[in-house]
Amino acid sequence: MLADGAVLWGHGFGASGAAVGEVCFNTAMTGYQEVMTDPSYAGQVVTFTFPHIGNVGVNEEDLESHVDGAVGCVVREDVTAPSNFRSEGTFGDWLAAKGKIGLSGIDTRALTRRIRLSGAPNAVIAHAPDGKFDIPALIKRAQDWPGLEGMDLARAVSRDEIENWEGSVWRLGHGYGRSPHDKRPHVVAIDYGAKDNIFRNLVKAGAKVTVVPAQTPLSGVLALEPDGVFLSNGPGDPAATGAYAVPVIQGLLERDIPTFGICLGHQMLGLAAGARTTKMHQGHRGANHPVKRLEDGVVEITSMNHGFAVDNTALPDNVEETHVSLFDGSNCGIAVKGKKAFGVQYHPEASPGPMDSFYLFERFVGMLG
Amino acid sequence: MLERTGLPSIIRPSFTLGGTGGGVAYNKAEFEHIVRTGLDASPTTEVLIEESLLGWKEYEMEVVRDRNDNCIIICSIENVDPMGVHTGDSITVAPALTLTDKEYQIMRNASLAVLREIGVETGGSNVQFAVNPKDGRLIVIEMNPRVSRSSALASKATGFPIARVAAKLAVGYTLDELTNEITGATPASFEPSIDYVVTKIPRFAFEKFKGAEPLLSTAMKSVGEVMAIGRNFKESMQKALRGLETGLDGFNRIMSLEGAGRDAIVAALSRQTPDRLLIVGQAFREGFTVEEVQAITHYDPWFLRHIHEIIAEETAIMENGLPNDAAGLRRLKAMGFSDKRLAVLAVRGIHVAGGIGETSARRSGLLHDALRAMAGATSEEEVRELRQRLGVHPVFKRIDSCAAEFEAVTPYMYSTYEGPSFGAPECESAPSNAKKVVILGGGPNRIGQGIEFDYCCVHACFALEEAGYETIMVNCNPETVSTDYDTSDRLYFEPLTGEDVLEILRVEMSKGQLLGVIVQYGGQTPLKLAQTLEDNGVPILGTSPDAIDLAEDRERFAALVNKLGLKQPLNGIARSRDEAVAVANRIGYPVLMRPSYVLGGRAMEIVDSEAQLDDYIATAVQVSGDSPVLIDQYLRDAIECDVDALCDGDQVVVAGVMQHIEEAGIHSGDSACTLPPYSLPAEIVAEMERQADALAMALGVRGLMNVQFAVKDGTVYLIEVNPRASRTVPFVAKAIGQPVAKIAARVMAGEKLKDFPPFKRELPYMAVKEAVFPFARFPGVDPVLSPEMKSTGEVMGIDTNFATAFAKAQLGAGMVLPQGGVVFVSVKDTDKPVILPAIKQLIDLGFSIIATGGTQRYLAAAGLPVEAVNKVAEGRPHIVDRIIDGDVALIFNTTEGWQSLKDSQSIRASALTGKVPYFTTAAASVAAAEAIAAMRGAKLEVRSLQDYYA
Repeated sequence: MLADGAVLWGHGFGASGAAVGEVCFNTAMTGYQEVMTDPSYAGQVVTFTFPHIGNVGVNEEDLESHVDGAVGCVVREDVTAPSNFRSEGTFGDWLAAKGKIGLSGIDTRALTRRIRLSGAPNAVIAHAPDGKFDIPALIKRAQDWPGLEGMDLARAVSRDEIENWEGSVWRLGHGYGRSPHDKRPHVVAIDYGAKDNIFRNLVKAGAKVTVVPAQTPLSGVLALEPDGVFLSNGPGDPAATGAYAVPVIQGLLERDIPTFGICLGHQMLGLAAGARTTKMHQGHRGANHPVKRLEDGVVEITSMNHGFAVDNTALPDNVEETHVSLFDGSNCGIAVKGKKAFGVQYHPEASPGPMDSFYLFERFVGMLG
Repeated sequence: MLERTGLPSIIRPSFTLGGTGGGVAYNKAEFEHIVRTGLDASPTTEVLIEESLLGWKEYEMEVVRDRNDNCIIICSIENVDPMGVHTGDSITVAPALTLTDKEYQIMRNASLAVLREIGVETGGSNVQFAVNPKDGRLIVIEMNPRVSRSSALASKATGFPIARVAAKLAVGYTLDELTNEITGATPASFEPSIDYVVTKIPRFAFEKFKGAEPLLSTAMKSVGEVMAIGRNFKESMQKALRGLETGLDGFNRIMSLEGAGRDAIVAALSRQTPDRLLIVGQAFREGFTVEEVQAITHYDPWFLRHIHEIIAEETAIMENGLPNDAAGLRRLKAMGFSDKRLAVLAVRGIHVAGGIGETSARRSGLLHDALRAMAGATSEEEVRELRQRLGVHPVFKRIDSCAAEFEAVTPYMYSTYEGPSFGAPECESAPSNAKKVVILGGGPNRIGQGIEFDYCCVHACFALEEAGYETIMVNCNPETVSTDYDTSDRLYFEPLTGEDVLEILRVEMSKGQLLGVIVQYGGQTPLKLAQTLEDNGVPILGTSPDAIDLAEDRERFAALVNKLGLKQPLNGIARSRDEAVAVANRIGYPVLMRPSYVLGGRAMEIVDSEAQLDDYIATAVQVSGDSPVLIDQYLRDAIECDVDALCDGDQVVVAGVMQHIEEAGIHSGDSACTLPPYSLPAEIVAEMERQADALAMALGVRGLMNVQFAVKDGTVYLIEVNPRASRTVPFVAKAIGQPVAKIAARVMAGEKLKDFPPFKRELPYMAVKEAVFPFARFPGVDPVLSPEMKSTGEVMGIDTNFATAFAKAQLGAGMVLPQGGVVFVSVKDTDKPVILPAIKQLIDLGFSIIATGGTQRYLAAAGLPVEAVNKVAEGRPHIVDRIIDGDVALIFNTTEGWQSLKDSQSIRASALTGKVPYFTTAAASVAAAEAIAAMRGAKLEVRSLQDYYA
């Protein structure tokens, strides 16, 4: 049920019940399990543009978090039995266990075109095995939902406790590696709804990683004696989460602590340095997005998931644009002049998506003397 | 080496295309044999011997890199056929469907690493992988640092034009500087995302090569391919099956395995045959499980389950008839079932249920009505009516390279069935208000219907666009120019069946003005649709389908020939064995026999006796179904000619007269020919032109026409007329330097020939066409020419005289004529006097001659120094030993009668493997001798084609 009153009928799968969120689309052809566990999708219903979803099943490895991300998904084809040597179960059963609702049999291309033309709508996704729905009530619920703008969702998907992160990146036949526990530069990572593969890549790049909750005050971060601070991705409006996060980031900048932000973390780094953020018309979500690195003109193919962006028409003098989207010219990376602080709008940790930008983790850890 | 790799092992010769000479060895004897043939095939005498990965999954990545080291993946391709079948011969899907993101990214990283390591500075490449389905272990098996057959497929599958972009990268652009033309707004530096499934199925021609086993291996044997697009795997696969044009409507039953025992089905499944996919379907019908089929075939269970669901749905239709509601019918259509397949299933259902013959279901009257009520529909037309009544139509979606993220400005479309999940199903075709012409393409390449027809279709697009029409192309062949999104104004990548084409026309005719559909340019494929289109009120452009039928219908055509006072070889038509014998006796042997309505002379044969006739009838009936057999007087040693002409209804213009080099009886597609004729008197040429003129006017041709004549003893015989574009059109256009197909297309749209500049008739040069053959791919097949077409391509040589033009054509076809050495001659009696001067000429040039039996005696009697050599049957060392030893530089070998043909097969086979130039007709042998002499006398001239025209 879209807030404008449109009703999309399909086959329900996964969890039953109803959930409210913004309907976005993702054009990646692989990695649906990673997408569905990315906390940045909190408060969203993901429309997959690729018709066959669930084809490789699910497993315990391809998870990006253990918190609630997307509330549901919309797909073209009914989920059929999976085929992959790592598969441990079906996508439908897994969604049910995670409390997420699936809707199949929808012309996802038509829905995507609608989002492209008129923006990401608020909606309720509902699944009732008996086929009984209170349509007017569900539409009203979609209409009453305030939407992502102004919403601080990071608080809801962040950790509650400090965690010493131990895992490293995945290798075929070996699974996830472990941190070797040698003497390493210490990165404190603030979790606004982080994907685990970021931490794994920081470990691989040579850091010792401590993850802290989103609302950790500056004093709490400094008490951990970081060599550098990482600002994670996350859901919702950077301006809303920035209400408590930006002062912390400003404190880090004042103390010249090396800082690296991804996605929401990047946007809030921009806010802390005096830039503005705006809500985008349809957002960027997929695994094929070209980004130009302005220092040498090289193109990185990146994984993206954002509905807000740093406004690059109004950057303050102390902020330099380092990366730009080749699709629409929107900002994809900044550096704060005179500071060891930079951020990228896209997801260098991939998972899902291309690994062209892993170098950023090495660059960051390399800064930590 | 064998100890390291074990058996089975894979042998790949270096630097051969399509895996020529390679194979899989299962035992030591095979290993030695394949290594030997592989070493022979490789120009560097080198083979790669690999651990066999049989049963592993096979993938391919299409990669593009620019000079800034920007690397992008255009498309991933997954083979449905596991390792062991050449990728070109495998059924493939795009994108890869059974990889998680983690595995996909390993493959992506490996592909980029391979390109960087190999040093592909700019351009497209492909990297092929084998993946162990048990643990995901991944091995790079091959990379091609160039655009390839699969880059064409990937380009059509995604809308990203790899070769065009690679060309721009080669001159220094970077990917971010180039625009993605599909969106017009985003750069080419991105990775296409698709929201549909693409299936490619290769098309084979084993029936053309008697003696070749229809088994697939690592050497490529397919001659063409079909690509289909659907919103899911089932739809995509079933569209591909019907697009192949091999008589399939979907997963047709394999009659020979109907009710067969388990052993027979297991045996059939375990052989890598071209129709293995259908055998999988049949195995499911016979009760096999997905696991059982997977254990035998190593197809991924994901694909097998979807095929299993299709077969289960077929069974349900047979039991319950067709649904009578829109949702039910739409569900079936969304699985890709064609109307025709649904009709077959519904009718079979009645048969199963009531034991009533399928034929009674097709009759009209009360019984038919009752059956129709039971089944829902009993014919393709009735399923179409049912669909229309329920309002179930496909919608068209765009191939936009970005899964709808951006607006596509390029109308490149495919059909699918969407449900009304919110509002009416969304159709993106957006037909225009323009005056439009639809051009139907030729479908998959096959022997007899290749790219020559695509050339014509493409030129029709260009010409009509220039004339101000909107051009709309329909085709399903990814290897063609017609399926480039910028060849036509609008492109529908769809199977060429009545159902699919009518749905496109329904949408296109809903707006603007359809001037008509061109069915005469794509070969037999669109011609077969002419009647259906006419029946449905679609205007046909150019020559009327009735005129085309008149030319194809023996009896109607004979009446026209009589009226015009022209001469045909004696002929007759027979519907049974006894009729055939009677006709042959009336005409007198030898006769030429063939089934009606076939392109490329399939199953055409010269028959010398009643015994041979009996032999032929058995096979021909099998090939051609219920159509009758045609019998012609065979004009032995006649000269065959082709005439291509244009007609606008008022005027006829002859574009070219071609003289065949091989004598009548060799298929015109396999024969070399010259333009202008190299040895015909002017009055004979004028007579053929006069006859062509009369025929074009009498048939009411609007556009192109091709006439074949045979000249014997100064008499011109009319062989056949095709009032449509023929295979020779591109050759004629290039030989005379005129856009023949374009002019004809504009004539079809109503323009007059007098408004175009006249063709120059006196050419100061000679153009020679030579055919190219795939015999090296088919070990065991006799590489001899016959009325059955076997060539898969052609080349043109052009020069100031016949001999040098012929020499260039031979060079172009890969036949390097020797400048000295031993010539082996063995010719039939009637050829001996013909060939004598050529042998004299070769001796004068310093060649020495060896010959067998009668030929040796004949040449010796003529006073020539000729060494005798044993025939194979005369004991060793014989001629084949000499050829294998590399003693022979050139072979002239003509035969008559099947015994002599059989006796000499090993000569041609060893010539083929030894790469010794050989000629199997006297005329071509004489031409070869002239060419050798000409090459001796002067260097071959290098000039641009434009220079010749000037």
